[in-house]
Parts: sequence; C-alpha cells; structure tokens
Amino acid sequence: MTDMTPELEKPARSQWWDVWAQFRSHKGALIGAFVFFLILFGVLIGPFLWPYDATTIDIRSRNQGPSWAHPMGTDQLGRDTLARVMIGGRVSLAVGLTAMFIALILGTLIGVLAGFFKWLDGVLMRLTDLFLALPLLPLLLVIIMLFRETLSARFGPEGGIFILMVFAIGITSWMQTARIVRGDVLSLKEREFMLAARSIGTLNSRMMSRHILPNVLSPIMVSATLGIATAIITESALSFLGLGFPPDFPDLGTPLARRHRLLAAIP
Amino acid sequence: MTLKSMLLSAAATVALTPMAFADAHEGERGRDGQLNIIYWQAPSTLNPYLSGGTKEVESASLVLESLGKFNETGELIPWLATEIPTVENGGLAEDLTSITWTLKEGVLWSDGTPLTAADAVFTWKYCTDPNGGCAQSSYFDGVENIEAVDDRTIKITFNAPKPFPYTTLVGVESPILQEAQFKDCMGAAAPTCTEANFGPIGTGPFVVTEFKANDVIQFAANENFREAGKPAFATVLFKGGGDAASAARSVLETGEFDYAWNLQIDPTVLADMESKGLGTVVTAFGTSVERLHINQSNPDPALGDERATLKHPHPFLTDSRIGQAMSMAIDRQLLVDIGYGAGGQVTCNVLPAPEVYASTANDSCKVQDIAGANALLDEAGIVDTNGDGIREKDGIPLSVTYQTSTNAVRQDTQALIKQWWSEIGIDTELRNIDASVFFGGDPASPDTFQKFFADVEMYTNNFAGVDPEAYMANWRCSEIPSPETQWQGSNMQRFCDPAYDALVDKLAQTAGIEARAEIVKMQNDMLMQSYSIIPLIHRGGVSAHANTLGGVLMSDWDSELWNIKDWYSTK
Amino acid sequence: MLTYTIRRLILTVPTLLFISFVIFLIVKLSPSDPTANLPLTIPPEVREKIRESLGVNQPLTVQYFLWLKQFFWLEPRIMLENWFGWDLGTEGEIRLISYQTRSPVMDLIWQRMPQTLWVVGTAYVVGILIAIPIGIYSAYKQYSIFDQAGTFISMVGFSVPPFFSGVLVIVIFSVLIPTDSFWWLPSIYDTTHEVVDWESFKYQFRQMIMPVMVLALQITAQISRFARASMLDNLNQDYVRTARAKGVRERGVVMKHVLRNSMIPVVTVIALGIPGIFGGAIITEQVFKVNGLGQLLIIAIQGGDVPMVQTLTFIFAILIVLFNLIADVLYGLLDPRIRYD
Repeated sequence: MTDMTPELEKPARSQWWDVWAQFRSHKGALIGAFVFFLILFGVLIGPFLWPYDATTIDIRSRNQGPSWAHPMGTDQLGRDTLARVMIGGRVSLAVGLTAMFIALILGTLIGVLAGFFKWLDGVLMRLTDLFLALPLLPLLLVIIMLFRETLSARFGPEGGIFILMVFAIGITSWMQTARIVRGDVLSLKEREFMLAARSIGTLNSRMMSRHILPNVLSPIMVSATLGIATAIITESALSFLGLGFPPDFPDLGTPLARRHRLLAAIP
Repeated sequence: MTLKSMLLSAAATVALTPMAFADAHEGERGRDGQLNIIYWQAPSTLNPYLSGGTKEVESASLVLESLGKFNETGELIPWLATEIPTVENGGLAEDLTSITWTLKEGVLWSDGTPLTAADAVFTWKYCTDPNGGCAQSSYFDGVENIEAVDDRTIKITFNAPKPFPYTTLVGVESPILQEAQFKDCMGAAAPTCTEANFGPIGTGPFVVTEFKANDVIQFAANENFREAGKPAFATVLFKGGGDAASAARSVLETGEFDYAWNLQIDPTVLADMESKGLGTVVTAFGTSVERLHINQSNPDPALGDERATLKHPHPFLTDSRIGQAMSMAIDRQLLVDIGYGAGGQVTCNVLPAPEVYASTANDSCKVQDIAGANALLDEAGIVDTNGDGIREKDGIPLSVTYQTSTNAVRQDTQALIKQWWSEIGIDTELRNIDASVFFGGDPASPDTFQKFFADVEMYTNNFAGVDPEAYMANWRCSEIPSPETQWQGSNMQRFCDPAYDALVDKLAQTAGIEARAEIVKMQNDMLMQSYSIIPLIHRGGVSAHANTLGGVLMSDWDSELWNIKDWYSTK
Repeated sequence: MLTYTIRRLILTVPTLLFISFVIFLIVKLSPSDPTANLPLTIPPEVREKIRESLGVNQPLTVQYFLWLKQFFWLEPRIMLENWFGWDLGTEGEIRLISYQTRSPVMDLIWQRMPQTLWVVGTAYVVGILIAIPIGIYSAYKQYSIFDQAGTFISMVGFSVPPFFSGVLVIVIFSVLIPTDSFWWLPSIYDTTHEVVDWESFKYQFRQMIMPVMVLALQITAQISRFARASMLDNLNQDYVRTARAKGVRERGVVMKHVLRNSMIPVVTVIALGIPGIFGGAIITEQVFKVNGLGQLLIIAIQGGDVPMVQTLTFIFAILIVLFNLIADVLYGLLDPRIRYD
C-alpha cells in the first residue's frame, strides 16, 4: 500500500485554504478584490506619487473639466480633484473600516449573547431598542459638544475628530447587526447539532465560537459590506454638516454633497 | 381707413410698444390665475410677531400690512397711511417725541369690517405683553403710548425724542393685526390661537385659504382689497422645502414655479440655469455685510472662566497693523466671483448702505496687496525669527483659529483666506460649526458666535429698515458679551473705545439726515481703522422669477414681495 | 407564546419611559437654540424673552414631567375627542406646543402623515415586493447572469446616495424632457393635491413615481442582499436534500422549506425598516419637496424645537419597540423550535 502514503501524509486542508480555493474560483470575487486593492494602493501610495497637493489653491485653473494635467478636473477653488479624492478616500476608508469593525464586533457580541443566554436577552434587546430610537443628529451634537475640546487637546484637531467620528458612527450603527444575529442564534440554538454539542459537555464559550459564530457568518458578512458603505456615507454627511473634520481637510463628503445641499440662509 | 387714422395707429404702435406691458396688466381682479412661489425654507407660522424669521415675515406680508413701507430704493412710502408724517406737514412733533399717522379712508379687513386706529393700538399692546415673547418687540422700543385719537388717527408718543420715528408699525416686521381676531391671544395665550396665527385676517391683497406649517400655503385674492383690479392673480401657491439649488431649478429650468427666493448657490451653476431662458435672476442690496471679526480678547482655554473677556487682551490681534495686513491680503473680488456672483459686491465698510451713510475713506481695501501687507508687518518689526514661515510678535507666533458657520460658500472663503494669510506669514486653523449651534445662544456650548472662543470669526449681519442708529450702537463697550451678561451682547470682537461711545450718544440726540450721516460715517471709519472688524462682501438678496411674471421690483429694504399686488402675468 | 407576548407588552412600558427620558436628556443637552435661526437684527434681550415664553429655561425635570403629562394624558384625550366627538374636559388646557410654529405638535404630525405614508410607505412595499423574488432567484441560481446583475444593481442602489440619484432623475425626467411630453414628471411633490377622480389619481401617481422609485431602489438593494445570503445558507442544508429525495417538487422545496427557514434575518430587517417609514426619508423628501415627517424632524432639529424632536423621536421609539416585538413573535411562527417560555 506504499503508493497511498503520500496522500495520507498530505496534511488536512485547513478551513482557510478551503475559503481561498472557493474564492479563487469566483471571478466576481477576484475582480472585487483586485479593485479593492487598487483603491487601497491608490489612497495609500497615490498621494506620494501625485504631483499636486490636495489643499493648494490655484485660482486660475478652477472649475476645470478632466484633462491630462488634472484627470478628474479641479474644484471650485482650483484644487486638484484626484489629489483630494486620494487623500479623502484614505480618511473615508479608515473611518469606514474602523467604525464598521466597532459596529460589527459590538453587534455580533450583543446579538450572540442575547440569543444564547435567555436571561440577557431582555436587557440587551431593550438596550438595542434604546439605541435604535436615539435621534442621531442631536446625539452627535451632544457628543461633539462634550468631547471635542478634550479630544482635540489630547490627539490634535484631526486625530481627536477621527476618534470622535469612529466612536460616534460605531456606537450608533451596531443595532441592526445585533438584531439579525440574535434572530439567527435563537433559531440555531434549537438545532440538533447544538443539542449534540451540549450533550457532550461543550462549554458555552466554545459553543458560541465553534458552532454559533460560523453559522451566523453570512448575515454578518452582508451587514459588514453594507455597513462600510453606510459608515462612509455617514462620515461624508457629518463632515458636510460641519460635525467632522476641519473644512479645508480633504474628505469625500464635501465635494459629493456640495452642489446639492442647502446653504443656510442669511446670516 | 383714412390717412389720419393710419398715422395715428402707427404712432400708437410706436408709442405703445414699451407700454404694451403696462397696458396688459390692467384688468379685473384675479384675471391671471395662479402664481407659484417657492421659498425653500418653508414658513412655520403667519404671525410675524411670534416668529421673526425672514420667511415668516415675508409670507405674512401678502396678508398683513403696515402704515408705511420701504420701496425698492429704500424710500419710505405711505401704505395704509395717507402720507408720511414729518415736522413740515405737522405729523411729527417739533420735539420729536410724538408722531401722528392718519389711516387711508375706507380700508377694510378681508372679512369686510373696517380697519380702525384701535387695531393699531391693540397691535402695540399685543406685542409688548410681557408674557408673549414677541419677536418684534424692538420695533416698539421707546414707545410710551399709542392712542386712537379718532377712528383714523393714530398718535404714537415716545418717552424720549426719537430722531428716526419711522420704525413702529412701519415696514414688513411690524404690521397691524386685527383686534377682533387676536383679542383673546394676548401674552401667554398666544400659542393657543393656532387658527389665528396660521390664518391672520389682513388688509393685504391676499387671504389665507390653507396653511400647512413648514410645508405649503395657499392664498386667494382678497375680495375686499382697497385697490380695484388688484391683485392680478386669483390664487397663490406658496411652497416650501428642498434646497436653494432645486428651488432655482424649478423656476429657471423646469418652469414649474414663477418665483424663487434666496438662491445663494454657486454663481456658475445659477448662470447656467438662467441661460435656459425661462427666467431671470434678480438681486437687491440692503445692508448685509459678510465680515470678519478680529478678537480683541484672548481666547486661550488656559484662562478658564476669564477666557475671551476683556481682562485678557489678545496677545497680537490688538495691534491694528496686523489686522490691516490681514485685510490687505484678501482679494475680495475673487471671493465675490467664486461664492456670490451677482449676489455680492466688494465692500470696505461695515455700513455700505444706504448711500448717504456710506463712507469712502477706506476704499483702498478693494485691491489685494500682499506685498504691501508683508512690508507693513516687516516695518512693524513683526517678522519670522525662527524660520518656520510664521511671523512672531514678541515671540508669540501669529497662529489664528478662524471659525464660521457651516455653509459651502463660507468654507470656500475660509480656504482662500487661509491661503492668502499664509502668504503673509500668518498660520490659520479653520473650524466650521453647525449654524444652529453657532448662532444659537446656548451658554453651555463653547461654539457660539457670542463666546467667540477663536481668534477670527466670520458671518453676515445687517439691520432692518434704513436707519443705522441701533446697529451702530452694537459696538459700545457695554455691548461686549461676557460671563456677567450670560454671553449676551452684540459687540462680538470686543471693541471698546470711549470716543466711539460718545458718538453713539451724540447720534441718539441728532436729527436731520445730513448731520446724522456725518456721525455715522465717523463711527464706521473708527471701526474700520481699528481693524477689529474686516468687511468682506456687501451681500444682496438673490431671487429668480419666470420671464412671464411681470411687476417684480426686488427689494432688500422690505419684503421681497412688498408690491405683489402689482404683479401680473404676461402669458 | 401568548404569555410571552403579554409579558413583553407589559415590559415595554418601563422601557419606553426610560427611552423617553434618555431622548429628552439628549435633545435638551444638545446645544442648538430655538432662536438661532432668527435674523441677527433681533436683539439679544428679545431673544431671551422669546426663550422665556417658550419655557426653555425651566428646570429639566419640570419640562420632562410636563411633556409626559401632555403626551400621555392630554393628547390621547384630545385625540379621542376629535375622533368620537366626546367631551373629556380638555378645553383650555395647554397642549404640546412646537417652538417653531407655536401650534400643537400632534396636529402637525397628523398633517404630515398622508404624504409620508403615500411616498415612503409605497416605496417600502414596492421595495420588498421586488427584493424578495430577486433574493430568492439570485440565491437559487447563484452566479448566474441574473445573480450577477442583481448584485450589481443592489451595489449601485446601496452606494448611490439619494441626493445624487434623485437629482439625476429630476434632470432626466423634469428638465431634459419637455413639459408637455407624456414622459415628463413633476419634480415637486404637491402636498395639497387631493385624489378625487381618475385624473387626479393619475396626477398623484405621476408625482409619486420619482420619489418612490429612488427610495425603493435603496430598500430593494438592502433587503435582497439579506434574502440572498440567507437563502444560500439554507439551500445546502440536509433537510433540503431530504425533501428533494422524498420527491417534493422543486418549487415546493424552495418556496416552502427553504424560504420559510431563511426568512428570519429578512423579517428582522423589514421589522427594523417599518418604523423607518414613519421616520420618513429625509434626503429623498428634501430632493422632491415631499415635506413629510422626515422634513418635519430635520427642521425641528435645526431649529432647536425640543417638543417636536422629542415627540417625533419618541413615537419612532414606540414603533421600534413594537415592531421588534412583532419580529420576535414572527420568529416563533416561522421556526416553531424557537421557544421563549
């Protein structure tokens, strides 16, 4: 039976290997990954290679359309749009990803705990209701009033605002994930494999990490993808409302919303 | 046809061509159908005494009227009164302590009852009730008594000589209410009268048929209006909501509306829309000036409770040479071109209008002079000693925080000014604050414009009507906001000069437009030469009307809709 | 199940009271001011008088209990009086008054209801009706052209904000297309329009098309993604194989077994979204000038109108708590293994 040994000795393929194999076979996923890395490269390395600075004003070349010198044109003050998009994209991606992770971790944690432990369910879900009901804009105004000065003093105006934004977006967008995860967990908990796992004395923590989490992964993934987009759009909206970064800081919100937003009346 | 009649008709054609419009808008009341107006900020009530907002005051002006109005040139014309009282015609007392108005004969409220002097007296009592929270009570400041001498004669007595007495019951902000309708709505009961507040009975060309707060108003022509054949429109739809750009689009591009208000949008976008040929953009200039206030007190957070108070003068901005250099570095024309278009003009005065008050002593600021600004600072010994590109005064680097409200045009202005200031060695940190916080007076918030916890701030201010006395009194020492006054006060930059205060007092006792103008100009120049305030742009109202709408006389001295009774359609 | 529902219903009362207090604190603490939007020509003393007359300066607890009393005791009685013509002795009592309009908050809310339900409600129904079949079919034919197209459309639908898509359709259908064309659509929603006959219904339909479609695109995008993911999870389960092996028809397998089991996350998302109908769609409402509850809320927030913000947010909270309860009950119906007792 010597000819069989090589196969037996080949190590068991890990779960991540499976994921990768599946991923590779999906053309759409590959294209998506490529685009994502392209964007990542653009916003991380791009500004170092691009000759224009994002904040330099060149009044003579304002409101230009796309050209070789400015592939995405210039804005109303003659700043290069591509340079601003690259820097802005960096900020938006950073805020979006971080805030989404906070929201996801909070949401999954609360969802799993609430679904799994009956005695926590009531409290945690009422907490979720509370957060769902909070009016976002006044809440942000309060958060900014209370913390902006202290955070700016400690981390500088931009660092402080970054922490504030990530925190604000994170704690106001985990609720949907939590509700969805909990719903799924409630249903999973009653499945036979859970009974089996319990009957062999699996610890609660292990039950959650090995049996529950992998099974609720797909709604979490959907929440995550939709969540990044929402977080970025929220970040843009906040900057535009003046609750975000200093006004000359390049971000994606302002140019996006500029032509469609109301200008406050006189004064 | 005889030769004579042919000649006559030819002559008539020639003569009548320009008059054709004038002729076409005579006729019976309500002949032109519906007029569609869009105010993208919707009116929340039609009682101007309960809300002082421009949108409420202007929408109410279709219904409610006052004794006199200001026309498009800022001239006071009689409206419900027969004439403007003056010392010459005996309406104004020699000692300036009382004024007597006479109502036109036969003016009816829209419910058919006659307008009497008692209604004017009631309006005064209504607004001055201590529990009412009347938004226009400053129009009754200094009024000791208003009495109805007879049905058509109103006598207003002041508690001190009033050199400019044409504020009470004059202009769009203080119209006459009907006593019969509002008599149960005095003081604390004011908000219980929703029906009256949403549908006041007036003497104006229109009556309210439906009012939906913050959404839409429908008006119909007033059958009892005193002028025959007016208004030309049978109904008015007064829609609110959306934003300035979409309001402009609905008049200039889709033609769904006839008139749109307050179109402060990117001038190139507005010009593009206008080029479609459906409508026309109109502007009018009042007294609004976009300005920078240069903090004369020190806003350093380390000072705790004494932050931004006069106890601690600003370390370098009290030096007027620095303020002057900051002003010289600004290219105001460019700010107009980028942000305001037809709605802005360069100005070097905080009081650019009315004409008679406008000073010409400061006009050098109209041209940007960065080299001059640099030379000025070099000469003053304020130079960059440590090579970081930022000048120092007595070892303190010229780094300023520059705040304003959130508004796309203002953020562009900020970015440009930051760039220019960097060219004269001043470092700028920008900050923008939500308008409802910035202009809100919440003493708990550090971000209000009164607290001014920054070095430079920018916004627009103006005064209503045509008399600048109260406005120029804003810069008295006693008007400085401080913790003692709960941060109330209008002297934002904390300018304090006893000589200025003396001029304010002198103005209050001076009559005669020439003498008053001279004092006002001196005040203006004193403020300008202190460089504690840097005027940027004289802002005007920008509106648009359809080309088929005639009779619009855009004004910033009164309601934009002040002569809506004369509007007509050329369709 | 019934006892669970009753217990939960009882529990909602303290929950809602607590939520109302937290909302009140946040709204009061936020630094916007009811006089902030007034022209600067109004002097500070007058502003202070206005604030005084609105009761802004009273102690927090006094204001909160006044609100509680007005909202839970006075307003329901007035509502009953209006509906049934009873006399419950509310004459002369001060109602819950909005700072901006100085008129009763509840009247304004009732006034905004029709257009909100018409536009946002219809959009929601349309969105769900489109999303669920797309979700099912995309999952069933995973990686097919249909699935790829569905993914692409939902990606676009989710990432294009309504202030862009809204303005885009306005430019196409209201500006570029001539006014007298059949395809021209009004860009401004007329809230005074009443449906009385076929013609007016047609106009109502036309003015609803653009806002409803813009909103529905977003809703569809979100729900179809969840439906697809959840269906995919279930399609590979053992019970599906069993059902097929038993000879259940393919249609029956998908529509009865798989669909029912994959509805839990979808139900959650829909239940979370329905209170959102009441909250209105701020941006879409603004683009088309629908002036529904969303616009009412945003104006109230900008104007520091505490009673209005508080009431609207609280009604929103009631709906959230209620619909989450309904979702919980539905879980039990969809998956009888879930037991709460």
